[in-house]
Amino acid sequence: MSKENFSSDQLVSFWRDMLRIRGFEQAAAYQSSIGKIYGALHSCEGQESCCVGVCSALEKGDYAASTHRGHGHTLAMGARMDRMMAELFGRVDGYCRGKGGSLHIADLGVGMLGANGIVGAGYAIAAGAALNAKVTKNGRVAVVFFGDGAITRGTFHEVMNMASLWKLPLLLICENNEYAQYMHWSDTMVFDNIAALAGNYHMEGVRLDGNDIRLVHSTVKAAAQRARAGDGPTLIELKTQRFNGHSSGDPQVYRSKATVEELRRTRDPIAQLEAELVATGLLGNRAALVAEVEAEVAQAVRFADASPYPADEELTQHVYA
Amino acid sequence: MREITYRDAIREALSEEMERQPSMIIIGEDILPGGGTFGIHQGFGERFPGRMFEAPISEAAIIGTALGAALTGGPAVAEIMYSDFLTVCMDEIVNQAAKIRYMTGGQARVPLVIRTPCGMTKGIAAQHSQSIEAWFAHVPGLRVVMPSTPADAKGLLKTALRGADPVVFLEHKLLYATKGPVQEGGELLIPFGSAAVVREGSDLTIVATGLMVSRAVEAATRLEQSGVSVEIIDPRTVSPIDWDTIFASVDKTGRALIVNEATLTCSVASEIAATIGEKRFSSLDGPVRRLGSPFVPKPSTPGLEKLAYPSTDGIVRTATEMMPRKRAA
Repeated sequence: MSKENFSSDQLVSFWRDMLRIRGFEQAAAYQSSIGKIYGALHSCEGQESCCVGVCSALEKGDYAASTHRGHGHTLAMGARMDRMMAELFGRVDGYCRGKGGSLHIADLGVGMLGANGIVGAGYAIAAGAALNAKVTKNGRVAVVFFGDGAITRGTFHEVMNMASLWKLPLLLICENNEYAQYMHWSDTMVFDNIAALAGNYHMEGVRLDGNDIRLVHSTVKAAAQRARAGDGPTLIELKTQRFNGHSSGDPQVYRSKATVEELRRTRDPIAQLEAELVATGLLGNRAALVAEVEAEVAQAVRFADASPYPADEELTQHVYA
Repeated sequence: MREITYRDAIREALSEEMERQPSMIIIGEDILPGGGTFGIHQGFGERFPGRMFEAPISEAAIIGTALGAALTGGPAVAEIMYSDFLTVCMDEIVNQAAKIRYMTGGQARVPLVIRTPCGMTKGIAAQHSQSIEAWFAHVPGLRVVMPSTPADAKGLLKTALRGADPVVFLEHKLLYATKGPVQEGGELLIPFGSAAVVREGSDLTIVATGLMVSRAVEAATRLEQSGVSVEIIDPRTVSPIDWDTIFASVDKTGRALIVNEATLTCSVASEIAATIGEKRFSSLDGPVRRLGSPFVPKPSTPGLEKLAYPSTDGIVRTATEMMPRKRAA
């Protein structure tokens, strides 16, 4: 992968965008704990560099299909934090008028085609967006995010073959955090290198450290360029980690507290970039930037809490066009 | 008016809309050689280059990809070779396509049409002969269409391709070669939720779907000879259902027999019968009756196969039982 030079603005913006995601996830977890959020949440804390690294490498108009762990992708695609929080609160000003909730959050206006409650359902939806891009020659690419646990769905095989066969402008991004709901990937699958699967589909496959946001960004950017040029899809495996359980109610009996603490200490993508930015003096105004993010999060919570619940009549609206 | 086959009517609808809508695409298995398994796409490969996608045997990816294309452009047509194979892509239909508009609070448009041949044919048995429309009629967000004539097939398919909701379009295999009048030129668009009164009558309403419409017509001709005047209603779409037309007929005749090819248990016929009972009890002169397939998988051997579907004889027999016994003179 060619070494790309990143401007200080771009690096600071990576850091800030990751911090926004973490701020959102932590605020959502707190609001959930005090009963303001009704449904379960799947936090992407620890995986922020994947969300930001990938989405920052896309162009306006590109598409992304996400997973049940979709808040970070949605924010990174450019959705507004306040309308996202309102969705989690079940309020009418949420992106989905409260009807989708966390598991189905979507902002089609920024190309975010939806989080998804079905593991492995995003592949084909993103492939279809890529197919439309190919047919209409609109120059767009589509990204599908999925976890290591989704590799064993048949839809992975179906779409890997189809996307390569039709040379679709599709980027398949595996956020390998090593756990499905509770099971470690080594307990349920015989693969130890997901990116390597690409070869059998005559597709480029790349495996990299998802915490290295520069590398994620430049790898995705190069893959998107190839895809736009008609050279087909790429499978990118990002080694990452989730700091929390599968969902808000997960007691994490499958790994020790010490393991999680170790991850937080050694594998925090935000802290890693921040240390570098501080050391090189690029983050002179850290406190002001943190305050800005905190204010945005606080405002999002206020916005969500002030928004009304949808009226009863909404129950039967939006079933059909 | 000219007469064309059901197959040609479907081909006309597709080709007219492909001409009209440049972002429309068609995806399916074996859709080009010979025009596809049922010959629908004759000549489409040459006429619409770059818009016909010969898919691998990957039904879930076919529907999911068509859905993604529909969400971002469309219309997208996914052809599933036999409706029995819809079971392989139920997640994409039921959890994704049907629900995405609602889940996104109305953001999504889903101009997706799933065309698929359904119902009986000769000897291909349990995995190629079913009528599973009720599975889809049960799911909010889907439209379910069952044309019984060439004109309905064309007009309903064009409506499906102009809409923004996912449609399961069920074409009956035994109807492909049947002919009927279809207007030439002009726009033939038949709205969903608009039943056809196939035949007017005064003693008994038969509501029939798909291939059963023609069997009901045969039965009505025989019943007429024994003095029973039958009105036949074809709902044409089973989601939504045109209740007004069905209720108006039941109000007139006081008797209703519902006939569908599907296994009767939890069928569309059951839903129609229950709704008539609930909403039109006071109009009824007797119990609503239903006819459908017995609760067995379809057998291959011809003798048993014949017993596995509702027959014209069965319709005549049931209708006769429903009529008041004539007093002895």
